Amino acid sequence: MFIILFYVPTDCYHMEAGGVLSSVTVSPDAQVVDPHKRRQAALIVACCTLLIAVAQILIKIGANRLSRAGFLETMIGIFTVPPLFAGYCLYGVFTVLFVYALRHGEVSVLYPIIALGYVWVAILSAVVFHEAMNPLKVVAIAIIVAGVAVLGWGGKS
Amino acid sequence: MGRQKLTTPVSSIALVLVASVIGSAGAVFLKSGAMNLQPNVSSIVFNWRLALGIVTYMLSSVLFVKGMSNGELSVLFPMVSLGYICTLAWSRLFFQEVITRAKVMGIGLILLGIIFLSLANK
Repeated sequence: MFIILFYVPTDCYHMEAGGVLSSVTVSPDAQVVDPHKRRQAALIVACCTLLIAVAQILIKIGANRLSRAGFLETMIGIFTVPPLFAGYCLYGVFTVLFVYALRHGEVSVLYPIIALGYVWVAILSAVVFHEAMNPLKVVAIAIIVAGVAVLGWGGKS
Repeated sequence: MGRQKLTTPVSSIALVLVASVIGSAGAVFLKSGAMNLQPNVSSIVFNWRLALGIVTYMLSSVLFVKGMSNGELSVLFPMVSLGYICTLAWSRLFFQEVITRAKVMGIGLILLGIIFLSLANK
């Protein structure tokens, strides 16, 4: 925590310096973005995974009604089956925020963070649908969260 | 517990695998589209990379829905993580992103967690 607190001001300096430097020196690595914005991007995606989780639950509910449908019927179903439609709308909102985040973050970090959605699905299905929460599930959730944390940390290289 | 008969059709497995690879490609297109964005409407509307990214993403979701609609979630679920590994390769190829130990560890942990989660859902 202390490290983060001390790091934030220096990040701001980097942002200023980076802006000047990048216009003078031709860096071979075009991906150099200031760490503060990169962390912000990771945080945005991490928060948005709740949207993904709700969308996935809605899509699963909708998909169950279409288990025997063909490809075309599934495509039409996206607009005619309310849970599917709502699910995909949420996906749309997520995509907008994801694109915004991608401007400042690495795709190899941000894309796997979406896996946090599974954690939300597990939590939501326990809270909303009263599905049993077994120890293995808790361990799995902890491991995924740890993985995302390691990923977010390592992004700054 | 006896060994259960495999109830997940191969077609579902193939669909989900293809969907996850396509999905990772979609993320790559979205990224390259996002880099080209300027704060005006035409740069957003006429951004073919972004459009391609969204179409690819949607296609991936449709295939995903098709694949998930019949078959065991515990088998199909972990296959999604293939997309994360693909993204690691794509991002190195196209955006010169470095594959750090933290990224490999993070994705590895996520994969392990997803496998545990799908086992727990059985």
